Amino acid sequence: VRRAALCFTLPLLLFAAGASAVSDPREMLLNRPDELRAEALGRQLRCLVCQNESIEASDADLARDLRHIIRDHVKAGESDRKITDWMVVRYGTFIRLRPPFDAQTLLLWLAPVLALATGAAGVLLLRRRNPESPPPLTGEERGRLAHLIGCRSLEDNRDVSR
Amino acid sequence: MSFPISPPLSRRLLLLAPLAGAGLGCAAALELLFRMRQGTYDPRGLPSALIGGSLPDFALPGISLAEGGVPSEVTSAQMQAAHRPALLNFFASWCVPCVEEVPVLMQLKASGVPIYGIAYKDKPAATTEFLHRNGNPYSLIGSDRTGEVAIDFGLYGVPETYVVDAGCIVRLRCAGAINMATVRDSILPSLKAHL
Repeated sequence: VRRAALCFTLPLLLFAAGASAVSDPREMLLNRPDELRAEALGRQLRCLVCQNESIEASDADLARDLRHIIRDHVKAGESDRKITDWMVVRYGTFIRLRPPFDAQTLLLWLAPVLALATGAAGVLLLRRRNPESPPPLTGEERGRLAHLIGCRSLEDNRDVSR
Repeated sequence: MSFPISPPLSRRLLLLAPLAGAGLGCAAALELLFRMRQGTYDPRGLPSALIGGSLPDFALPGISLAEGGVPSEVTSAQMQAAHRPALLNFFASWCVPCVEEVPVLMQLKASGVPIYGIAYKDKPAATTEFLHRNGNPYSLIGSDRTGEVAIDFGLYGVPETYVVDAGCIVRLRCAGAINMATVRDSILPSLKAHL
């Protein structure tokens, strides 16, 4: 019976873990809007241990501690900005998954614009480089060409051009 | 209309530019890989947000190793009052690299550097046992059971070692176990620069 119960609950637990990043429901705030705000904040903060997961998605101890701290601050009614700043003071801007726009991240933020500009410049340059298509052959030239390569189709067209 | 047999110089340069760029990129990547093997570059290493700022305030219950010694509080105010450069080391009895760095810390202690220890998420009994077994490089030991002080420091793993100058400004953070090379190349220069 115990085994059957395990077989039944294990997938359920796994599914729950996948659906909600926070592994322990006891971590969640009872107030739904507060909890949603805390989750949104947590998704924007990097887990310093895993470095490519948000603290909301990470299983690391430190991420769990930081989730607790976020919830404490949310419960105290602090603004999103203030909570994020609290984190940045301690861990630097690296903790923000969406880095702020400043001198250090200028290149990062402008990279798409730069890439687009480079591409556009390249296209314009190539267009300007390519000379315009040469003027159509004159009748005389066609005749000579036809004579040289003995091409029937050009021969046929001779009278049209003359 | 006649075509030149070889493309003009500017064309050739245009072709060479991306090749040269790729070459430079490869060289840089190889350099990083080499430095990773040497241990002088850690791709996961983080700069500390504390550098150049003052030591975060803390007051932690102390741990005393002396038989029947009364553990006193360990505070940032004590470090401020000392008016001399010091090391602050976060460690834990459950942390393997922490064992590794004890001899290095012992050597620093022997050379007269005051070292403050903070036991991160560790039971005081386990901390005491750890220090009896491996040696105690610390002049004072605080116990951060919840890890809250560690978060004020921006700690993201143990061990971590901070160099704090005489004015209690944080000058350096070494994440991970320190070794003789770290001491020689980072810690001692930092201590000397901020006497």
